[in-house]
Amino acid sequence: MTGLLDSLGLAQSAELLSLSPPGWGGNLLRGLSHSLQIAFGAYALGLVIGLFGAYGKLYGGKVTRDLLAIYTTVIRAVPELVLILILYYVGSDIINKISSSMGGGRVEINGVAAGIWVLGIVQGAYATEILRGAIQAVPPGQIEAAKSFGMPAFMTMRRVTIPAMMSFAVPGLANLWLIATKDTALLAVVGFNELTLETRQAASSTRAYFTFFLAAGFLYLMVTLCSGVIFTRIEKWARRGQPSLTGGRT
Amino acid sequence: MDTAKAVTPADDATSNQEAIKVENLHKSFGQLEVLKGVSLTAHKGDVVAIIGGSGSGKSTMLRCINFLETPSSGKITIGGEQVEMHADGSPSNRRQIERIRTRLAMVFQQFNLWTHRTLLENVIEVPVHVLKVPKAQAIERAHELLERVGLGDKADVYPAYLSGGQQQRAAIARALAVDPSVMLFDEPTSALDPELVGEVLTVIRDLAAEGRTMLLVTHEMKFAREVANHVVYLFEGRIEEQGPPAEVFGNPESARLKQFLSSVG
Ligand SMILES: Nc1ncnc2c1ncn2[C@@H]1O[C@H](COP(=O)(O)OP(=O)(O)OP(=O)(O)O)[C@@H](O)[C@H]1O
Ligand SMILES: [Mg+2]
Repeated sequence: MTGLLDSLGLAQSAELLSLSPPGWGGNLLRGLSHSLQIAFGAYALGLVIGLFGAYGKLYGGKVTRDLLAIYTTVIRAVPELVLILILYYVGSDIINKISSSMGGGRVEINGVAAGIWVLGIVQGAYATEILRGAIQAVPPGQIEAAKSFGMPAFMTMRRVTIPAMMSFAVPGLANLWLIATKDTALLAVVGFNELTLETRQAASSTRAYFTFFLAAGFLYLMVTLCSGVIFTRIEKWARRGQPSLTGGRT
Repeated sequence: MDTAKAVTPADDATSNQEAIKVENLHKSFGQLEVLKGVSLTAHKGDVVAIIGGSGSGKSTMLRCINFLETPSSGKITIGGEQVEMHADGSPSNRRQIERIRTRLAMVFQQFNLWTHRTLLENVIEVPVHVLKVPKAQAIERAHELLERVGLGDKADVYPAYLSGGQQQRAAIARALAVDPSVMLFDEPTSALDPELVGEVLTVIRDLAAEGRTMLLVTHEMKFAREVANHVVYLFEGRIEEQGPPAEVFGNPESARLKQFLSSVG
């Protein structure tokens, strides 16, 4: 094994990537774990915002609808990198102002929490549009049937609308998840040690740019592939009861 | 004419109870007045057939009764309980509406089964989640009902894999599962291929025979004549003529009804 790596000139790379110091593999995995935490958190927050946003856009009053229209338009129009800088610095500024007005000192902002907030707000705008479209695609008769049997509104949403819209929403939501995993890399600009920043640090310390960025690319690819498998299952579940186009039974 | 009562069999002790009473019901969609003062009473055990041309307001009337459409004005009393309404007709008590709806089971032209649930899940959904019936009990009852409509072997199948007639029979089982005091049928067979109409009518005929109270909007005149004990002819949002089927079909007074009957054959 060592001989083979040697002959390919990869022994050095293997050493650099080893999990224990002096290898940097551990740092990369820690970065990955931070990235995934943020992606998960932001995605979950985005879904919650998206669900409220979608219902607000469909059934809300005029003011609610206008505010949501501004939210989704602005967020989707401004480049994410700019949004992250704005939301991050504005957010930490506000928190510090509040803290000092209450007599506290500078607050150390938790990177994961900040990342989740910032990306979650971005994700929420996209999720709002995906879910709104999916809810509108549910045949009205499904919701009307629930109503006609005296099902209360919230239960109708939980038992009928959401399950019925899932098959329309899942493809879009799968994309959104992949965007979430990759957008975490943008948090490097605010100095948060997710995978991309860890990679850059390892690379510049060792000058092995190629090795580390290739490794990071591989990790992002693995995340995407695993997500693909999971979302395929979720989509199959969401489409239960719908005959597939190929005629097979689901 | 507006206040005429449905004919009820005199030998039925409970038959004088009013299951549904609609008084002077108006409904407009914007400028378009669809119902122009409809009054109708169905006693317990009545099968009231509602006939009329397309656009005469049959569906709208049925949908106003369980408030899928909000009446513009009028008075609706279900099982002796008057639905609270604002001056503009809109219901003022959401909980009351929800409670009343659980007693009025609706069967739709397009079946409207929940496509992501199997037939069994469709049938137990409302009993378990709205009426809080224990799940095991609801499942047992659901199997009986599916058996009864001839779908005993389809409990675990999703609606999309069934024919229209089977879906409509499943929708009837779903409606029966809430043990409704009145069933509302809105053209239950008009989305079906002709050869599937019979199987659904057979189920409805059985229900009529066992004394279920039903309001049935239908284009099947022969069937209406056979199962209904009261027929209402709606024309442009008003009740033009009503009475026992033998009279409405056999000896219509109104010229419009005569013409309608000859046009539908
Ligand atoms: N939601 C709505 N908004 C506006 N107009 C409506 C609405 N629902 C029904 N209408 C109108 O009300 C009138 C009566 O409709 P309704 O569906 O009650 O007729 P119907 O007697 O059931 O006819 P059909 O036999 O075709 O089902 C029609 O002119 C229809 O266009
Ligand atoms: Mg109709």
